[in-house]
Amino acid sequence: MSAHVVGASSKLASKCPTGPLADRWQKHRFELKLVSPANRRRFHVLVVGTGLAGASAAASLAEMGYEVSAFCIQDSPRRAHSIAAQGGINAAKNYQNDGDSVWRLFYDTIKGGDFRARESNVHRLAEVSVDIIDQCVAQGVPFAREYGGLLANRSFGGAQVSRTFYARGQTGQQLLLGAYSALMRQVGEGKIKLYPRHEMLDLVLVDGVARGIVCRNLVDGAVRSFAGDAVLLCTGGYGNVFYLSTNAKACNVTAAWRAHKRGAVFGNPCYTQIHPTCIPVSGAHQSKLTLMSESLRNDGRVWVPRAGGDARAAESIPETERDYYLERKYPSFGNLSPRDISSRAAKQVCDEGRGVGATRMAVYLDFRDAIRREGAGGIRAKYGNLFQMYERITGEDPYQAPMRIFPAVHYTMGGVWVDYNLESTIPGLFVLGEANFSDHGANRLGASALMQGLADGYFVVPYTIASHLAGRKLGKVTTDHAAFARTEQEVRERIERLVNARGTRTPDSFHRELGLLMWDKCGMARNAAGLGTAIERIRDLREQYHRDVRIPGDAANLNSALEHAGRVADFFELAELMCRDALHRDESCGGHFREEFQTAEGEAQRDDANFCYAGAWELDASANGLAWNLHKEPLIFENVKLAERSYK
Amino acid sequence: MSSDHAAHAPSSAPNAPHALRFVLHVWRQKNAQSTGEFATFHLDDVSPDMSFLEMLDVLNERLIAAGDDPIAFDHDCREGICGACSLTINGQPHGFERETTTCQTHMRRFEDGATLYIEPFRANAFPIVKDLVVDRSAFDRIIAAGGFVSARTGSAPDANALPVPKGDADRAMDAAACIGCGACVASCKNASAMLFVSAKVAHLSLLPQGQAERGRRVLSMVERMDAEGFGNCTNESECEAACPKGISVANIARLNREYLRALATES
Repeated sequence: MSAHVVGASSKLASKCPTGPLADRWQKHRFELKLVSPANRRRFHVLVVGTGLAGASAAASLAEMGYEVSAFCIQDSPRRAHSIAAQGGINAAKNYQNDGDSVWRLFYDTIKGGDFRARESNVHRLAEVSVDIIDQCVAQGVPFAREYGGLLANRSFGGAQVSRTFYARGQTGQQLLLGAYSALMRQVGEGKIKLYPRHEMLDLVLVDGVARGIVCRNLVDGAVRSFAGDAVLLCTGGYGNVFYLSTNAKACNVTAAWRAHKRGAVFGNPCYTQIHPTCIPVSGAHQSKLTLMSESLRNDGRVWVPRAGGDARAAESIPETERDYYLERKYPSFGNLSPRDISSRAAKQVCDEGRGVGATRMAVYLDFRDAIRREGAGGIRAKYGNLFQMYERITGEDPYQAPMRIFPAVHYTMGGVWVDYNLESTIPGLFVLGEANFSDHGANRLGASALMQGLADGYFVVPYTIASHLAGRKLGKVTTDHAAFARTEQEVRERIERLVNARGTRTPDSFHRELGLLMWDKCGMARNAAGLGTAIERIRDLREQYHRDVRIPGDAANLNSALEHAGRVADFFELAELMCRDALHRDESCGGHFREEFQTAEGEAQRDDANFCYAGAWELDASANGLAWNLHKEPLIFENVKLAERSYK
Repeated sequence: MSSDHAAHAPSSAPNAPHALRFVLHVWRQKNAQSTGEFATFHLDDVSPDMSFLEMLDVLNERLIAAGDDPIAFDHDCREGICGACSLTINGQPHGFERETTTCQTHMRRFEDGATLYIEPFRANAFPIVKDLVVDRSAFDRIIAAGGFVSARTGSAPDANALPVPKGDADRAMDAAACIGCGACVASCKNASAMLFVSAKVAHLSLLPQGQAERGRRVLSMVERMDAEGFGNCTNESECEAACPKGISVANIARLNREYLRALATES
């Protein structure tokens, strides 16, 4: 079962510029080819997904003069899951005069990612972060402001400066509506053709170059091809492989996975982020998990009883019998410790039998002291909507009793491998935002996802796409090319296979079973034995799925069961690769915690001598069944010193 | 013809102490061309901790297992922010609970044994796609007509170059909180979209960034709104009562003022 390891590979040319870190992006932009304004309209760019990355890329490219088509599975591009991000967006503006800088944001992000991301990419991200805020404000994004009319900031998980810009608890919504309005302006001007309720089900390659996509119209079921000169995947992460996550129900890996199956190498699939502050599971009917913004940790204190099995109500447990374990273990960061560390600490205390609530799989997030200090009114002003949301979901009043929280799958740092230009190993296929693997290493810091999505879409791909469009001789390709008919046929066959299984179990029941397995074996903590078992079990289940799935109706109509079934089929394949990646990485780093590799204090133990690389998996097309070859992209640190990541 | 499915299959989620019983009358409609009708379902094991959509999930699982077509409904984030969910429950868009989307409504809020009529958001400008799914793309076309600030990527000044009084920023944010779900339209006897349009007009006209296109914006959006077949406002304020984000009808007053101002000043 061991994967074939290819080693430092020519397959993975990162194309990172060299020289002083702070000059690299500027140097690279100068060296990139340009497409002149008059020529841009001759190029047609297909943008899949309309979240922060997709909407910002589509709008920016159309403004520059490219012909753009944008696709989304929702009924409107405004509903992409970026909308649900609550807390904020980081930028190295240093408006608070508290010591922030591009360098500090770069350093925090590299360290936060546990030294498993590229220096060049992360520095670029920190550089363009300041432009993002300017751009969003110009669009009318109503960020929080101070009485003087200037922008307000707050501090956020894993940072000791206040660099997070926010719009109440709805920052993602406001940023997305800004990008969406820019997108719709171009739609109104006829520069972007919009295809809502369209799901990309395959990528079309002509002479090895991405030249189109095959979509299913989710309303009438029609399978149709679209040809273009470049394809941008902005399709988000794959956290829903765990079934229960904070992702929206429709979030899926299908577009990225189909690209992978056409040859795009997949990077670091095992790096998943478990968010520490979510509302715990209430029962078997649970369809998704709800995040309570990390900003709550600015004022809420996390604790469990000192003694195991303490079933008293929170208010009857005296101060001396409470364990504020984050403050105890990580005194300098305390309740604001990074997500991976906070999540693991919560799992640890629950594993010790000190969890709270009916399921004992929760910890308290307590505002008692903050309410004493600032009054209920002060807390309501800061977090009113979040408290209300908690009350609605749980039926409990968090002003009276502490919230109960537990970690939940939230974000995937892994994704399609891309070079510095955000281009995958398939020429002409660019991957942006959460869908790529690029900037967060093994763990993402709070308020950095919005930053990366918009950086990729507004300020990176508009430049780097020219390396492909102007740098390669692209002949005219239309959907009459045989590759389109062939790919469409394969898509139709996959759909028919699912519909014709006519088995006994629903796609959802399989998805739940897969999710639980992944949570148990490839979740917050993993070990070799568990991962081995998981791989066997996933293969069995996958085989059973294709034999026994039941989809009512046909493919020629809106069929929500069929939509779900296609996504679950791809999750089944991805799940195996995630476990393989987790199994091969004999170290702990960031969101990847292998129980065999921990320090005496139970912290993640990296192995920089052997694992300081991005693991990039290529499907072995010659194999019978699913098999992969591993490529390694060495990570070279010239500007920061690799260190144990300490938040003590 | 009305079908009566007794969905009494063994419960998959009987973990709550008191299971609730409901009778559901759900609008079923094959597609835009066909006529629809109510179908009746009996559920007798609903956990009070379930959200409204989780109850429909459980029902759909049983329908699929029985070989029937699951009930189609739009939903995505299930956190009350994406604006996808859109059910009319006992005549009220998003149900009776104030400032709460359907996805955030929990079954503990309903009386045990209640009869629930579940319909799509109804309006001529929102044609039914299937069952409870409607086409709200008219909203996108209204935004495309003018619901933006034309600020091309790369051309922005420093974010703090333009101070915005906190009161204006807060009022703009109040209006910008609209999730575009369409409950305002569904609740209005005229199927008016004026709360939706006014929220965007107010958001952008309150901010200095929105001034350059202030007049043009409101004229274009209102023109598009009318062309899409939405009705006019007759001050019933049903929209505000139905709005899951509490968008105030004061925005409609602002819209009217902005519109008149633009008529007088734009030529």
